[in-house]
Amino acid sequence: MDHPTTVKILKFHAEKCKGCLECEKACSQVHFKTKEGGEKSAIRIMKTEKGYTMHVCDQRGLCLDMCPVGALTRRKNGVVWLEKDICIGCQACVGFCPIGAMRKSDVRIEPFKCISCGLCVRACPEKALELVEVPIADITQVVYYKLGA
Amino acid sequence: MVEGQIAIDEYKTGNTEHHWDLKKIKSVHKVLTTYSYKKGEVNKGYTNRTLYVNLSTGVIQEKPVTDEMKKKFTGGRGFGLKLLWDSIKPTTRWNSEENELLITMGPLCGTTQYAGSGKSLCLSVSPSTNIICDCNVGGFFGPYLKFAGFDALELQGKAKEDVVVVIDGEKATVSIETAPLEEINTHLLNDQLTQMYATENTDKSRQKVSVVSSGRAAEHSYWGCLNFSFYDIRRKVPRIKQAGRGGLGTVLRDKKIKALVVKVERFDGVSNHPADPVSLAKVGTKLHREIRNLDRYQCNMRAVGTGHLVEIMDTYDLLPTENYRFGSFPKASKIYSPKFYELFTKIIPDGCWHGCTMACAKTVDGYTVMTGPYKGEKVTVDGPEYETIGACSNMSIWDPLWILEFNFYCDTYGIDTISAGTAIAFYMEMYEYGILNKERCSGLELCFGNADASLELLHRIARGDTGEFIIVAAKGARRVKDWIIQNGWGEKQLVEDTGMESKGLEFSEYVTKESLAMQGGYGLTLKGPQHDEAWLIFMDMVNNAIPTFQMKAEALHYFPMWRTWFGLNGLCKLPWNDIEPVNNAETSEPSKVPEHVQNYVEYQNAMTGWNVTKEDLILQSERCYNWQRAMNVWMGRGQRKDDWIPFRAMGPVTEMEYVSRKERYDKQLVEKLGMSQKDVEKMTVRERLTVLYEFRRDQYKKLADAVYYRRGWTPNGVPTPQKMKQLGFTDKKMLKMLQDKIDADEKNGLNVWGGTYGKGEQPPSTEKRYWEKWK
Repeated sequence: MDHPTTVKILKFHAEKCKGCLECEKACSQVHFKTKEGGEKSAIRIMKTEKGYTMHVCDQRGLCLDMCPVGALTRRKNGVVWLEKDICIGCQACVGFCPIGAMRKSDVRIEPFKCISCGLCVRACPEKALELVEVPIADITQVVYYKLGA
Repeated sequence: MVEGQIAIDEYKTGNTEHHWDLKKIKSVHKVLTTYSYKKGEVNKGYTNRTLYVNLSTGVIQEKPVTDEMKKKFTGGRGFGLKLLWDSIKPTTRWNSEENELLITMGPLCGTTQYAGSGKSLCLSVSPSTNIICDCNVGGFFGPYLKFAGFDALELQGKAKEDVVVVIDGEKATVSIETAPLEEINTHLLNDQLTQMYATENTDKSRQKVSVVSSGRAAEHSYWGCLNFSFYDIRRKVPRIKQAGRGGLGTVLRDKKIKALVVKVERFDGVSNHPADPVSLAKVGTKLHREIRNLDRYQCNMRAVGTGHLVEIMDTYDLLPTENYRFGSFPKASKIYSPKFYELFTKIIPDGCWHGCTMACAKTVDGYTVMTGPYKGEKVTVDGPEYETIGACSNMSIWDPLWILEFNFYCDTYGIDTISAGTAIAFYMEMYEYGILNKERCSGLELCFGNADASLELLHRIARGDTGEFIIVAAKGARRVKDWIIQNGWGEKQLVEDTGMESKGLEFSEYVTKESLAMQGGYGLTLKGPQHDEAWLIFMDMVNNAIPTFQMKAEALHYFPMWRTWFGLNGLCKLPWNDIEPVNNAETSEPSKVPEHVQNYVEYQNAMTGWNVTKEDLILQSERCYNWQRAMNVWMGRGQRKDDWIPFRAMGPVTEMEYVSRKERYDKQLVEKLGMSQKDVEKMTVRERLTVLYEFRRDQYKKLADAVYYRRGWTPNGVPTPQKMKQLGFTDKKMLKMLQDKIDADEKNGLNVWGGTYGKGEQPPSTEKRYWEKWK
């Protein structure tokens, strides 16, 4: 089987961000058909003393091996994808994500994550977000107890 | 070896592939009975009905679960006890027509968010003990049975020919079908049935089927186990977990059941319909994080499973070696967990139910079988777990590959590795003393370390060999003791003291000689010597945290009750204390893991919508625990005499054992018995042994006294009607039976303490019939 070799991941230009959270609102529209953002967004913008930071999945795929039912796969475009209809809501991927990027909202049992769709990039009025293509080999981490999972 | 981030459909085990004509095999099935039921929904963890199947008459019916039943028996093992009480008689034995095999699961079972939430509880009258044996087991069957619509499956009667019982949650039917052509041994049968009953020819569809089976050896021995399958979509094999203890597989085959099959249409993370799914997910995720962060520094379960215990037990002189004569051995490092880690295939997740991130279920794929009918085949071996490794060290087998061989054949033949290993270790010791020999062992050279002969014994049992030894040996240590004594081959006391069984069941794999509390943990139990009620060795022996009889009795009250609670709810005990919060040692009671106890309070409340406290959890258990003990009494057991354990569990039986730990024992004669060093040196080893023997036996009796009193029982170990009433029981038949028993004990002078109390010592109560004052 042919495996993807690259994947698009989000890059954040912190110096441009003004904290309007349009990206979160766009993201929650994708996942929950609401403009609430926040807990319902896969991308989170956090305000720190030094400015804004982005918190989002980097498609490293450590969760792939955690899924007992095969709901998590790396798609042809390289994105780590959670198939909601297969997911049985165990939260193993949520608990084991080292950067907390597999997210869970109270409104449903299945988690959700960034799918590199780019809607947040388009929603950002400051052009602080960008999708960049990176080789998967550079970001992959295997689920293996010594490596943190 | 492949490790990590492999696409699910690309992993290959390298196992031998079988090509069966499954259409033909299925086409000869005769459907004997079909029952259609109305699909239901699980509500707050309960389906509110149980399923009754009679194999003799073909009657299949539903029974309601009342609120009263939930209140008194909670679920799982509690429901099993209640259903048995309503169905069997005090004279019921394992092969009686009315004996039942029950599979239940409890309200929390089937949850995917909290690790260890997929346990089934199996109950039946055991061939080994003639009382109720309860086993907990992983695999998908319990959760799927619930999602298919039932809180329990009750199997009564016997089929006339080999059948499978199929519970089809998709079509909402239950059927009994003849199954003449399927294999009997598990590794083949489970594969056949999983493929046969999957709706589609896909791995995801096969994952929605679970099978319970046993094997050929279960038909000829009292060690029969139940194998519960869980289909692994990566390895593409139905993997298995065992309800091992007490011969429940023997009961399955006696009922002529080849297998039970359950299948579900679909399920998701809230199929249990918890009252508060949000809180449930939060507490579950918290535990996942804890496991992720801490397991590799604590038990390392995710890497090596329970096998991590081998090196710890060896270090503390607790690893059973040569039939528990020793607790450590120079060759033991050959079977430490890193040796198995090399063999395990590392394609996590390895939970025996979805969402269990403890992931202790390890496998070796593509293992080449070395002996017997499957010699040369490449197979997946589930395990070995600590107990299986300990069973092998007990037989002095120190080669990981032979341990895998023993593990594989025990599983596929459907026998319990613990009982088989412990019993064979005893036969080996008898062989060493010449009490048994090649002729008496039907030609087997059963000396310590002879793995080949152990395997040959298993093969001959599975074949139904009629050698006198093979027939008796397959019934376990208790029957072999009687056989040896009847034949006058060995000194009775030596035979009784070395065969490691109590109540007819073989011990599991820990050396208890230096921990009195743990001796109680094995002996003062409901079903027999199994460590699932209490594991107190470190608390007692290493940390000396419970020095008095009263403190030991408190521990032997709290921990058995606490551990019973897992079985009422369909949970695994491991995520309670085989992972601990980082600050656990700083809490007031680290051995209880208070934060995790609180997790379980929140978990049960989130599922059921109740408002329970941690004390209520213990009360739930105490009800069922006392009920089971009372049923044992009803069946003629469950008394002081039945709680006795062989001396090998209490201390050194032979001079060799004494000499091997001479310093330790000499010191105890001085410190614990007040002898002078000079006097000790004047004594022969035999004399020293005798003094220690009497002392330790008396200590055990005193422990039993303290424990019975703490549990609210008579000095003969009988639950009192007063205690039962306190627990909320009003069942007149039960209360009268207990009162009659206590009155009979009074006449026979059995309501007296067992220990010999000297100056300055007192039994737990000096009042006669102290329980009559309880209200």
